[in-house]
Amino acid sequence: MTEPITLQQDETFVLNVGPQHPATHGVLRVKMTMDGEYIYNAETVLGYIHRMHEKMAENRTYPQYMPNMGRLDYLSAMSFNHGYALVVERACNIEVPERAEYIRVITVELNRIASHLVWLGAYVLDLGGFTPLMYCFDDREQILDLLEAVTGSRLTYCYFRFGGLYNDIDDDFITGTRAFIKRMRKELKMYAKLVTGNIILMKRLKGHGPVDQNMCQRYGATGPVARGSGINYDVRRNEPYSVYPEFDFEVPVYGEGDSYARYLVRMEEMEQSLRIIEQALDKLPDGPVNPKKKPKLIKPPPGDYYAAVETARGNFGIRMVSDGGKNAYRLKLRSPTYSNMHLFDEACRGMLIADALAFMGSLDLVIPEMDR
Amino acid sequence: MKIQEKTKEALAALFPDPPASEPEPDDAEEGEKKPEPRGNGIIEQDYHTRGFHLDAQIEPDQLIEAVRILFDLGYYLEAITGVDWIKDEQLEVVYDFSRYDFDLCRTVIRTRVDRSAPHLPTITPIYTGASWHERETHDFFGIVFDGHPYLVPLLLPEDADFHPLLKDFEA
Repeated sequence: MTEPITLQQDETFVLNVGPQHPATHGVLRVKMTMDGEYIYNAETVLGYIHRMHEKMAENRTYPQYMPNMGRLDYLSAMSFNHGYALVVERACNIEVPERAEYIRVITVELNRIASHLVWLGAYVLDLGGFTPLMYCFDDREQILDLLEAVTGSRLTYCYFRFGGLYNDIDDDFITGTRAFIKRMRKELKMYAKLVTGNIILMKRLKGHGPVDQNMCQRYGATGPVARGSGINYDVRRNEPYSVYPEFDFEVPVYGEGDSYARYLVRMEEMEQSLRIIEQALDKLPDGPVNPKKKPKLIKPPPGDYYAAVETARGNFGIRMVSDGGKNAYRLKLRSPTYSNMHLFDEACRGMLIADALAFMGSLDLVIPEMDR
Repeated sequence: MKIQEKTKEALAALFPDPPASEPEPDDAEEGEKKPEPRGNGIIEQDYHTRGFHLDAQIEPDQLIEAVRILFDLGYYLEAITGVDWIKDEQLEVVYDFSRYDFDLCRTVIRTRVDRSAPHLPTITPIYTGASWHERETHDFFGIVFDGHPYLVPLLLPEDADFHPLLKDFEA
């Protein structure tokens, strides 16, 4: 830990981190007022990649809006597909066949592992370790190949349909996924040896970037950020949706509230996702992946609806207001990083700038999802 | 006592007069005509069709009080949504709250302001994280949150003088 110092307001200068900075992994700008190496005040500036997805929802029909879901959070697009499908299914009362629910869970969890792998590689790269990135992208490549074969895309998935899926999975996917689970379990052990126990990593993360429970509540932080602060909150558990109640998995929670706790939460989540996928493959029922009865034209009854899912970064919610027409009257996207990043301004005060960047990385930012 | 009843009881204190008997939410299936502005009061919604449990409509000047009740009961703020009801000449602002514990109760606070002069009190003293949500709502709808410490455009360019989610916005 660094010695506490008294920051002087009249001896500061302004430092811009971003909008083009490798540590922000996207076009994010943080205006930092510095007293030497220490942050006196920080202001996050958003909007460099704002595309007004919420207005687009009002200009197109419900099925036409599904591709937008792949363009918000490019690392965890499958979860966003799931959230949007859930809210429309809830509004129109569409039943989802059981096989489709299982395949949804399998693809979402694969996508979650891929997302955490990118985070792990990029985060350690931020901290000066280049090698893990190569291993992470190698593992992620396996997932992308598997998902590409069934969904047709590698990153910006548009795989879910209201009531079902675009495409059924085949035997190749099942054998490929089983092989991947086996491989990934070995790789996770390797990551634990290569990265988790590394003394430099621990020195950079332990005790830095404190986020307490009160701060989580005031800012609405969710996902690994809340779970790293001792809050046992996972939408998959607290508000079960799809077929998640059928699976036996644990929600990793660490109480320290520092960057290392958030790191450990994500590392354990990958293991738990593997467990979920394995159980889903064992239990995978036969049957159709699309419902027999489905309205030709999606026109939800007037009113407002809400659905939330757990993405790789936290609680993603959609509030949909319908006036009974073909387009949504209003569609609000509640993205997890938006709330998670907001607490950075407060939490980074008094930190060394190098620690603040390590803290920022531990929040797992995806900028297009914040800016929408 | 389950948190849903507790929250309902706490919020009911905001409505001294018994609210006019609201129709039960099951009439949603009979196909209501069009969403009409409803009176103030608190309704229990069917979670499986709507996605939330408690739905309270309040006056703008009751907002701080209502939000304070939810904060003290341990809710966290999920999002703030604006909706432009241009036919009623009103803007609706919807506050979504949820909980970290396993006593699931999603609570919605909604309030309506006049479309010509939309003003609401800020809730940033209670929920610090409301700051960005309020700035975003200000960007998109032009709603002024009185008392907000820094109400400048967040997602739109810093010199933006338009509000793209208003229904009469022309690009």
